[in-house]
Amino acid sequence: MIKFFLMVNKQGQTRLSKYYEHVEINKRTLLETEVIKSCLSRSNEQCSFIEYKDFKLIYRQYAALFIVVGVNDTENEMAIYEFIHNFVEVLDDYFSRVSELDVSFFSAVSQVFHTSWQRTG
Amino acid sequence: MPAVSKGDGMRGLAVFISDIRNCKSKEAEIKRINKELANIRSKFKGDKALDGYSKKKYVCKLLFIFLLGHDIDFGHMEAVNLLSSNKYTEKQIGYLFISVLVNSNSELIRLINNAIKNDLASRNPTFMCLALHCIANVGSREMGEAFAADIPRILVAGDSMDSVKQSAALCLLRLYKASPDLVPMGEWTARVVHLLNDQHMGVVTAAVSLITCLCKKNPDDFKTCVSLAVSRLSRIVSSASTDLQDYTYYFVPAPWLSVKLLRLLQCYPPPEDAAVKGRLVECLETVLNKAQEPPKSKKVQHSNAKNAILFETISLIIHYDSEPNLLVRACNQLGQFLQHRETNLRYLALESMCTLASSEFSHEAVKTHIDTVINALKTERDVSVRQRAADLLYAMCDRSNAKQIVSEMLRYLETADYAIREEIVLKVAILAEKYAVDYSWYVDTILNLIRIAGDYVSEEVWYRVLQIVTNRDDVQGYAAKTVFEALQAPACHENMVKVGGYILGEFGNLIAGDPRSSPPVQFSLLHSKFHLCSVATRALLLSTYIKFINLFPETKATIQGVLRAGSQLRNADVELQQRAVEYLTLSSVASTDVLATVLEEMPPFPERESSILAKLKRKKGPGAGSALDDSRRDPSSHDINGGVEPTPSTVSTPSPSADLLGLRAAPPPAAPPAPSGAGNLLVDVFSDSPAAQPGLGPSPEEAFLSELEPPAPESPMALLADPAPAADAGPEDIGPPIPEADELLNKFVCRNNGVLFENQLLQIGVKSEFRQNLGRMYLFYGNKTSVQFQNFSPTVVHPGDLQTHILSAWPSPAPPGSTPMIPVPRPVTWPLRALHSLR
Repeated sequence: MIKFFLMVNKQGQTRLSKYYEHVEINKRTLLETEVIKSCLSRSNEQCSFIEYKDFKLIYRQYAALFIVVGVNDTENEMAIYEFIHNFVEVLDDYFSRVSELDVSFFSAVSQVFHTSWQRTG
Repeated sequence: MPAVSKGDGMRGLAVFISDIRNCKSKEAEIKRINKELANIRSKFKGDKALDGYSKKKYVCKLLFIFLLGHDIDFGHMEAVNLLSSNKYTEKQIGYLFISVLVNSNSELIRLINNAIKNDLASRNPTFMCLALHCIANVGSREMGEAFAADIPRILVAGDSMDSVKQSAALCLLRLYKASPDLVPMGEWTARVVHLLNDQHMGVVTAAVSLITCLCKKNPDDFKTCVSLAVSRLSRIVSSASTDLQDYTYYFVPAPWLSVKLLRLLQCYPPPEDAAVKGRLVECLETVLNKAQEPPKSKKVQHSNAKNAILFETISLIIHYDSEPNLLVRACNQLGQFLQHRETNLRYLALESMCTLASSEFSHEAVKTHIDTVINALKTERDVSVRQRAADLLYAMCDRSNAKQIVSEMLRYLETADYAIREEIVLKVAILAEKYAVDYSWYVDTILNLIRIAGDYVSEEVWYRVLQIVTNRDDVQGYAAKTVFEALQAPACHENMVKVGGYILGEFGNLIAGDPRSSPPVQFSLLHSKFHLCSVATRALLLSTYIKFINLFPETKATIQGVLRAGSQLRNADVELQQRAVEYLTLSSVASTDVLATVLEEMPPFPERESSILAKLKRKKGPGAGSALDDSRRDPSSHDINGGVEPTPSTVSTPSPSADLLGLRAAPPPAAPPAPSGAGNLLVDVFSDSPAAQPGLGPSPEEAFLSELEPPAPESPMALLADPAPAADAGPEDIGPPIPEADELLNKFVCRNNGVLFENQLLQIGVKSEFRQNLGRMYLFYGNKTSVQFQNFSPTVVHPGDLQTHILSAWPSPAPPGSTPMIPVPRPVTWPLRALHSLR
């Protein structure tokens, strides 16, 4: 089950966050900083799956933006990994060459997100 | 300026946003926001009614301000008003607002629910979808209560559009996850399963997600989904790349849907119907075959999607665990991935192989890859991949490769991350014990563990090595010698001192012949570490010293001098002080016979489940069961008691002379009965009575038994070594030896527990405890025959006025079952003065 979906840039600013389980507001920032820290410290040779506390993080980097999905162990990691890419491709189509700035505008992105989430489950 | 929303203008909003972005400072931003808020407030309160467009614009601005981080306390009413508009864009903004800013005002909630109900009842699919999304996003209990009954109807209605069905399925899933009790199973469940046959892939995907979640709690309701899922899956897998146009991702047909279907199948056991099963096996083989074919596209996305399906297929094969050739093929495929260029694939392959290793069909196939895995352990740059490799080595270990694997893991331990060291230590300890043919290797391994990662060697580990050394005569000398050499190292970990102290105390005499390890040398070696150790270790060393006095009388004077030193006799720590005082007195007062008896070698420990395994399971959590549970494949016995296969401890044939409750002479060690309390007494014979063992036999009776029976000693003198009377332990228990009395009653002068009566059929034991003016006595009835007692009714006759003083007496339940050893506790409480007449 997916616990959360984050788009965070290299400076640690969260551009989009969607939590599928209740996490308190103050804990969220902490979670996001820790997550981005562990992603930033990885090199290219390391794999995209990190074990963090009691769930797994699957991340992908696109230029200066990290997309991180937190899942529990019932999910297929590869499928989520490709889902992230699919999502980015859809955004790319919608905004025609999407950039981080576009992502900062929530309404459109979250609509797109929900719909693509439905389609791919 | 980037595009703002879905193309319907709202220029005012765009202007506002660009103003905010152009603000140079935080204060300017706040000023601008407050100005806007005031404007909106006035507009909302104003006389003229706002038109839909303006309302939408202002509500959207409020939402944006909220997302910037400022609190909004008005505007909800306007947003709710927007809900009832007929224009899609206005409705959308209204729903967005209330999904994000959830309000607990009950009046508003009523209005919102009304609006949602209207939208759901309308025939307009877009409106229905908006309403469903809102319910799903909020997902609160109130919403669930209001709508949970309606949504299944919408889901299975024949005239619902595909998009509505999708949204309804996911909405229902959300509500079910939030409040499962609100979603009742009904006749709609059968119809939901049929959605798997729908033409529209999106509907199928949503339905699969829903069914996967629901069938976890109600598997029988959804049993029929298995055959439908199989047929769907085989259709997808065998489709050409031109079918399923919209759902083909880089030449892979419907990858996410395939993964979901495979996951759904993992919720059920393999299908019994031969046709379905055949189809499924065919399907799985197709997937495995496709993995071997050359890829249709060079893009990494294509191979990622293909591999996603492949890994899920392998998970399913492992879950079924019934098709040997599929398992072997899966194993080979994973073996290929182990050396793949991409780190992701190596990681996933190692992880999957770990679960494969525990299946009996593929265990051998997994073992063939041991060299690759060891290589991965040494050379991988990524710590999570290394960790997976270590897990896999643990899972694939068996007698043939145990030595190799343990040495590799020890080498890995030297450079491992601190966070994972404890786990690796536990695993190495378990493996070393389980597959040790030659116990000197085992001792070496554990001592190496302590040397490399002493801080992470938990108590269970070194307790275990001491138990094993005590139980096996042949390894005692070797252990003593090795420990002695290890202690000579200049920087020696405290756990090593503990282990060394104990072993030399017990078995130092075995190496005393050699001049290099003569008694004075042993003592000075231990004493040189004395001051560096913690209190617990020092306490252990003091016990070792008194044992030395017993073993090596020539050291008596030196050791007594140490004990007599002010630092011991007036030590700030009570335990050390007590020990020093008592040992000193004991060594001066007791005769050599008494000393020898008191400080006799510890008896062998009885069999029981390794506490290390329990600790590892606790550490890893419940999910780790599969890797650790190898009861299926390798029934290796714990060859502790001199190579005798241990009998299962639930049934032991009673011989007439055997003491059922273990209250008198020793049962033979080959038939281990209920556990004794001695297991905890590794450190000190004189310590307090041990509490009942956690995690051993679950029955409370065993807890009693553990307090009742002494460790299985050979000689009658060993009654003194009984550590567990219910009264306080202390020097007064170690009195002059009591001759074995014929009259069983006599022993109750000094003891509270014991056998009261015994004949061919029955044994009656007593355990009593006293506190202040109350006493409590338990009577245990042991059935010595191999048949069940029928109509067993004990009667206790109390003399004279004792009857009036009995505070409570509970009737005993009839002795259950055919196990000949169940005692029946019968607690009776008396005030103390009445008990004087019992004698």
